[in-house]
Amino acid sequence: MSSTVNGVVFLALAFATIGGAVMMLSTRNVVHAAFWLLEVMLATAGVYMLLSAEFLALVQVLVYAGSVAVLILFTIMLTLRRREDAIREFEPGWGAGILALLFGGALLFAVERFSAQLPAGVMPEVVPDVAAFGEKLFTTWAVPFEIASLVLLVALVGAVWWSGGDGK
Amino acid sequence: MSAVGISALKVLAALGLMLGNGVVMIYMLRKVLGHLHIRLGPIHVGWKGTLQTVMDVLKLLTKEDVTPRAVDRWLFRLAPAVVFVPSLMAYAALPFSDTWRITNLDSGLLYTFTALSLIPIGLLMAGWASANKWSLLGGMRAAAQQIAYEVPLLLSVLPIVMLVGSANLGTIVEAQQGTFLAVLPRWFIVNPLFWPTFLIFVVASLVESNQTPFDMSEAESEIVAGFATEYSAMKFGLLFLSEFSNQFIVSALGVTLFFGGWTLPWLPASVVSALGPLIFLIKTYLGIFVMMWIRGTFPRVRIDQVMQLGWQRLIPISLVWIVFSGIVIKVWS
Repeated sequence: MSSTVNGVVFLALAFATIGGAVMMLSTRNVVHAAFWLLEVMLATAGVYMLLSAEFLALVQVLVYAGSVAVLILFTIMLTLRRREDAIREFEPGWGAGILALLFGGALLFAVERFSAQLPAGVMPEVVPDVAAFGEKLFTTWAVPFEIASLVLLVALVGAVWWSGGDGK
Repeated sequence: MSAVGISALKVLAALGLMLGNGVVMIYMLRKVLGHLHIRLGPIHVGWKGTLQTVMDVLKLLTKEDVTPRAVDRWLFRLAPAVVFVPSLMAYAALPFSDTWRITNLDSGLLYTFTALSLIPIGLLMAGWASANKWSLLGGMRAAAQQIAYEVPLLLSVLPIVMLVGSANLGTIVEAQQGTFLAVLPRWFIVNPLFWPTFLIFVVASLVESNQTPFDMSEAESEIVAGFATEYSAMKFGLLFLSEFSNQFIVSALGVTLFFGGWTLPWLPASVVSALGPLIFLIKTYLGIFVMMWIRGTFPRVRIDQVMQLGWQRLIPISLVWIVFSGIVIKVWS
């Protein structure tokens, strides 16, 4: 595909990601905020797709948009006692804003200062396909992969333990 | 023609298939359910009532579009689109024949499941935006069902991916060409290893596409019409169009995975390659017929029974079956 089309798509996705994040923070309705979060997740998947990271994009949609966002929406809708409770007063959160600014500034400084000293990576000519990705994941990176799945398992068991069950 | 133009035409073709499928399936549903209930179904408009659905589409298009005062306006208008778009997306990876497909994705199976997993978000949105308790309950049920059954649906088809060595739907079909002993087709449904897989797939995909006996999200005897209660005219039409489209996609996926897709082993290769899309459509509509048969035969189950079946039965069974079939495949090859 031509670079113009890619450029247009990238601009649209960038606008959708950042605009969605701003809308999520500024909306007063918590349900709307959750839907904006979902939109940001989908737009991020679009960015991955544009980078030819097909598998990552699919997993992003399947796990984050398809499950995490649904879970968030589900929890919000279950815990709201009345519909009117969904609308909250706007809290500017100055402390969080200052922290975000500091972090962003530090990041910008680090990129500006140190990026020249790091070795530049070479983009491969052909994008590796999903099979190649899987092979790398289960041979070179098998141990980190297993550790990650162990962490998730511990979290799962912990969640079941904390929620108690009915003692049967 | 430029690449962008061709892509646009492909999307239009998928849209046309989706709309045509809706019209065909409504007529089919009425006739099949009618005869299952020992009734006739529509008979008056057109030959054997064939024009009935066309008239109904015209009626939906010209009806007043009511928006209740209490609804969340933006989400209420957005929800039918959020249901419709993933449903359209899901057509992209389906192989209608060895040349007729929109894209040739290596992770086509995962892609189709991803598209299907987005639909309940739209239902949840419709349920919340309607400001109606029945609607909200319907949306919640749709989301709960989907989260519970997405996992067994994905896990259940993994043995096939392990055997074929690819998640590309076209490659999976190609692995099913030929016959055993010149009679039995080499389809995966013939292989006893995949019988439990097929059972889990059927149950989970009926739940994912909101079909009776698992249509708790719009159970009319309990919650009026669930997420669709407050919708009228074409917004209602869009919600149900994607419902029918999901049924088509699930059936097409079943045909691709278990019944050899566009292939038919008893015909010569040249005939099959010419008639591929037709064979695929016939098989898919046979699958849809079976789904309607189930719909006309079984009563609706309760929501807690469905959740229990999903979390406590199907997920463990499909995990065990993955391990078992992994061992079998390894030993055989």
